[in-house]
Amino acid sequence: MALTNEQIQNKLAEKFGEEVSNFSEPFGMLTFEAPKELNLKVLQFLYDDETLKFRFLTDLQAVHYPNDKGRELAVVYHLHNLVDNVRIRFKIFTDINKPDVFTATQLFATANWMERETYDFFGVNFLGHPNLKRILNVDEMDYFPMRKEFPLEDQSRVDKDDEMFGRGGTIN
Amino acid sequence: MSDVQNILLPEGSIEKKTITLNVGPTHPATHGVFQNIMEMDGERVMSAESTVGYIHRAFEKLAERRPLYQITPITDRLNYCSSPINNIGWHLTCEKLLGIQTPKRVDYLRVILMELARIADHLICNSIVGVDTGAFSGFVYLMEYRELIYEIYEEICGSRLTTNIGRIGGFERNFTPVAWQKLEKFLKEYPKALKEFENLFTRNRIFVDRTVGCGPISAERALNYGFTGPNLRAAGVDYDVRVHSPYSSYEDFDFIVPVGTTGDTYDRYLVRNVEMWQSLSIIEQAYQKIQNIKGADAEVYHANVPEYYLPEKKDVYTSMEALIWHFKIIMGEIEMPKGEVYHSVEGANGELGYYFISDGGRTPYRLHFRRPCFIYYQAYEELVKGSMLSDAIVVMSSLNLIAGELDA
Repeated sequence: MALTNEQIQNKLAEKFGEEVSNFSEPFGMLTFEAPKELNLKVLQFLYDDETLKFRFLTDLQAVHYPNDKGRELAVVYHLHNLVDNVRIRFKIFTDINKPDVFTATQLFATANWMERETYDFFGVNFLGHPNLKRILNVDEMDYFPMRKEFPLEDQSRVDKDDEMFGRGGTIN
Repeated sequence: MSDVQNILLPEGSIEKKTITLNVGPTHPATHGVFQNIMEMDGERVMSAESTVGYIHRAFEKLAERRPLYQITPITDRLNYCSSPINNIGWHLTCEKLLGIQTPKRVDYLRVILMELARIADHLICNSIVGVDTGAFSGFVYLMEYRELIYEIYEEICGSRLTTNIGRIGGFERNFTPVAWQKLEKFLKEYPKALKEFENLFTRNRIFVDRTVGCGPISAERALNYGFTGPNLRAAGVDYDVRVHSPYSSYEDFDFIVPVGTTGDTYDRYLVRNVEMWQSLSIIEQAYQKIQNIKGADAEVYHANVPEYYLPEKKDVYTSMEALIWHFKIIMGEIEMPKGEVYHSVEGANGELGYYFISDGGRTPYRLHFRRPCFIYYQAYEELVKGSMLSDAIVVMSSLNLIAGELDA
């Protein structure tokens, strides 16, 4: 009996109650979020539970939503249950002024470089990471380039604003 | 020499018996821009620290300001040994978001290209392992056949290395008769060369001695490190995206997924070799299936989606509809639904994933590439700890690291 999204959702709701929320299934992949303090508890539960068995961290990255006050940065985990072949997506949101998130390196060795990359580009501060320093950018860099306040174009160009890209007016 | 030496002593300390060695960033033995700062005790690696990012080109940031069709050339430059897989993986991601169904013939044409790319990638990797163990001739034998594959690409899309192959919905043009002839030539000649290559290496005493037990990893560690592709299968886990979540009609094909046991360099070599044979078989099956498509679909090479697929140039000059679509598509003014999608394909060195968030604009709001070798390269420090320097070089080439993908 293969694992269904409904079963996963019920299991999570049973364990964490109201803490896990915003369940949806874009393109069939169960997506939900939890408070950032609970990220390790949720990951550990998903890892340990004998029916869920989400023991493969496919990917980890961040997304910047500048207009969402208090939850500007999302950290997204893609997890995979290789036995039942089910993927889920798990998100936590954090304030950009205090982007402290617990590290998943104790659970997944692979999170090491993924978190370094996320720190490098978005400035998410992974608490407890063994070696949190820049990985792809130069060490001297003093900003986090993937945040939306850094536009790609030359600052002197006025013609290439967001309206050109279907997003109306100023930086969203 | 004592067994235990303090490798943490500062530079210049006369008690220090280890040597700090910089392997790379540009080194003839590393086949790409890789730097490892190794702490050496004689010829033995006590610790290694990998530094990456020398050819970082900010692809994810670039992609936030480009319409979908302009992102395809970016994906070329990830794993440039097998660009068609990256291109087609990207198109499949877009098609998933836009809800485009492709005809079976397009799927099979894509399968042919992706498997050719897999062969091109594996043959380079395996012959480079040969070069690093001291056998240059295998490399020269197989390189000739990569050339034949590149000629097929050239016949289909006009370029060889960074292919920019295909469009959203299919291909820009049908495969020409010359392309089919070249494919037939390749299918006829390559098995002989591959067999010869295997005869040179697989039971070769020197090669076996150099690679067995060299840089092994257990299945548990490999999974924990996020290994995918041949490197994971060499450790004994039969995870293959083509089988687990079939895309582009892979479910229609019959092939085996080879697995190893110890995850060492020799197993990785064997797994890649078997995969090349399997790819050849898949290409032959796809070719047969395409031959069997008769009637109206026999020449179809793209889905019927005028909103996303560029019209033919002669129509642009004569029909108003086509002219409008032409301009809208070139200016990137296509309608994109809101949503987030993760799609992955089995790249030549692992699971290549695209995480695409669309906010309804003309460009991705966020695009993240799951680059397999970025993820498994972090295990290198653990793989080479305690091995000889010359083995560390062999381990690096057997992992199939591609600098362009590593640094994105």
